[in-house]
Amino acid sequence: MKMELIQPFINAADAVLAQGLKAPMAVGHLSMEEETYRRKGIAALVWLTGDIEGRIIFDLDPPTAAKVASGFAGMEVSETDDMVREAVCELANQVIGNAVATLNDQGFQFRVHPPVLHTSEHGSKSTEDTEALVLCFETASGNVFMNIALRYNATQSQAAAV
Amino acid sequence: MDQFVPVKRSKDGQPVRYLIVDDSVFARKNLGRMVETFGGQIAGEAGDGLTAITEYDRIVPDIVLMDITMPQMEGIEAAEKIVQQHPDARIVMVSSVGYQENIVAALQRGARHFVQKPVKPEVLYEVIKYVLGEDGSVAQAAGAGA
Repeated sequence: MKMELIQPFINAADAVLAQGLKAPMAVGHLSMEEETYRRKGIAALVWLTGDIEGRIIFDLDPPTAAKVASGFAGMEVSETDDMVREAVCELANQVIGNAVATLNDQGFQFRVHPPVLHTSEHGSKSTEDTEALVLCFETASGNVFMNIALRYNATQSQAAAV
Repeated sequence: MDQFVPVKRSKDGQPVRYLIVDDSVFARKNLGRMVETFGGQIAGEAGDGLTAITEYDRIVPDIVLMDITMPQMEGIEAAEKIVQQHPDARIVMVSSVGYQENIVAALQRGARHFVQKPVKPEVLYEVIKYVLGEDGSVAQAAGAGA
């Protein structure tokens, strides 16, 4: 996975988290996911299709998710409130939407599907052509993990070139 | 949340009535709280484009705040269908997917403006005043003009 694909997502996460939490964040640990995805807490999954395809998962442990939801809502949201799950989906939607806007303006065409909650404990394993990269964003509310597995869609690119 | 000078309807001085369309309940609640700080009233909500069309027909709001990426029917298509039936409809697209192509498509198909998520209240406030034009009035601050 090329850095040119990843950077817009990092920039978007920085902007969205900083605005929502009204505090700066830092990009922490970055790693390739060798094993099957294992959910950490409350996770939202977004699929992309088009010139670039794959999936992105935002994953937060429940206390962090509640703090992030409270920050974004501007009011206290408890861990047990359904709004916490909604907030994680909306966070994913905003970060991915902003990143996609940048990539689209660079000439990539794709469709963003609405976020869904990732409720199973595990996900699919990375493959050679779709390696998953895990980024940790360190915020004052806790760590926000972005698990990103994207690849160029050769079929779409060839069709566009004809 | 910031407080703003209320924007009212010029014709009767009543609060501006909003239809908020977003598949995220969280986003709808946030936008709802925001427009209430502008003195607005939530006339209805919808979680997809199809419901937005029926809700518009039912409540005829002053302004629609419409997301783009939604299940059933996306926001741009819903905006187009609403404007076909109600040419005066004021629809503001509110989406994180704010690339040039999407913005142009939304405006060509009847939306009046576009606001990028995450929404800054001061930006949305200015857009609402602009979109309402002469149909909206901002209450004078106490002591103004005295």
